[in-house]
Amino acid sequence: MVPLNWYLILSAFVFSCGLYAALARRNAIAALMGIELMLNAVNINLVAFWRYGNAVEALAGQVFAIFVIAVAAAEVAVGLALIISVYRLRRTVNLDELDTLRG
Amino acid sequence: MPAILDHLPTVQQVIFILIGLFTAVSALLVVVAPNLFHNALALVATFFGVTGLYVLLEAEFLAVSQVLIYVGAISTLITFAIMLTRGMMYGRTSPTNQQRLAAAIMAVLFFLVLAGLLVHVPWPVVGAELKAGEAIIADLGELFVTTYLIPFELMALLLLVALAGALMLARDR
Repeated sequence: MVPLNWYLILSAFVFSCGLYAALARRNAIAALMGIELMLNAVNINLVAFWRYGNAVEALAGQVFAIFVIAVAAAEVAVGLALIISVYRLRRTVNLDELDTLRG
Repeated sequence: MPAILDHLPTVQQVIFILIGLFTAVSALLVVVAPNLFHNALALVATFFGVTGLYVLLEAEFLAVSQVLIYVGAISTLITFAIMLTRGMMYGRTSPTNQQRLAAAIMAVLFFLVLAGLLVHVPWPVVGAELKAGEAIIADLGELFVTTYLIPFELMALLLLVALAGALMLARDR
């Protein structure tokens, strides 16, 4: 079998990519893509630990991954609706130009 | 000779390396490619790579859900959002903000620390044999209406509220 470490390192890499996108991209949609990457990395971890763990029959890892997918779908729908709504008001989706609440 | 053969990767490991490289490269493209539309296409490729990992981990139901929800629905939503908010996307401004250097250093350090830890930790691995795919999906369905009934219903409520909220937010007034 593939060593468990390989999955974990790959998912750490995908998570780091997502982290960079969420922190450094100016476009709100690109930042949202970074969040999607991070959620996928978490899912890889959950499923890998489920497969290699000692409670394969309980299926907890898969169930959690399905919950994560559902929450991600809800999050992306609301996030993109917010982005479109902001774009209508301000004609921009650059995160650093949206500073109305800055003190 | 047997010592060398021990270190040769098995077929599964070769497949993992191929899928893993594909996933890693496309995840990197999502982050570094300057064109937003290319980012979205790379994101679809990443989702496919993760699907391959699920198949390799024998989580078939999740693999199918991944294709349906991520590749089918979320990618389409993102592509639509890119098209609806076009105009600002190309040229003119840099794709990253002023904290790109700090963010890059943080992300690289985060990865190095995690990878360094993960290489050394001896995870207790069982890796038991699984039942047939259909039996696992039947078990999953049963778990959702027994052990995980309340989270399952909450998830349904969350999806309903989120989608109604998204409609309200994006509605053209």
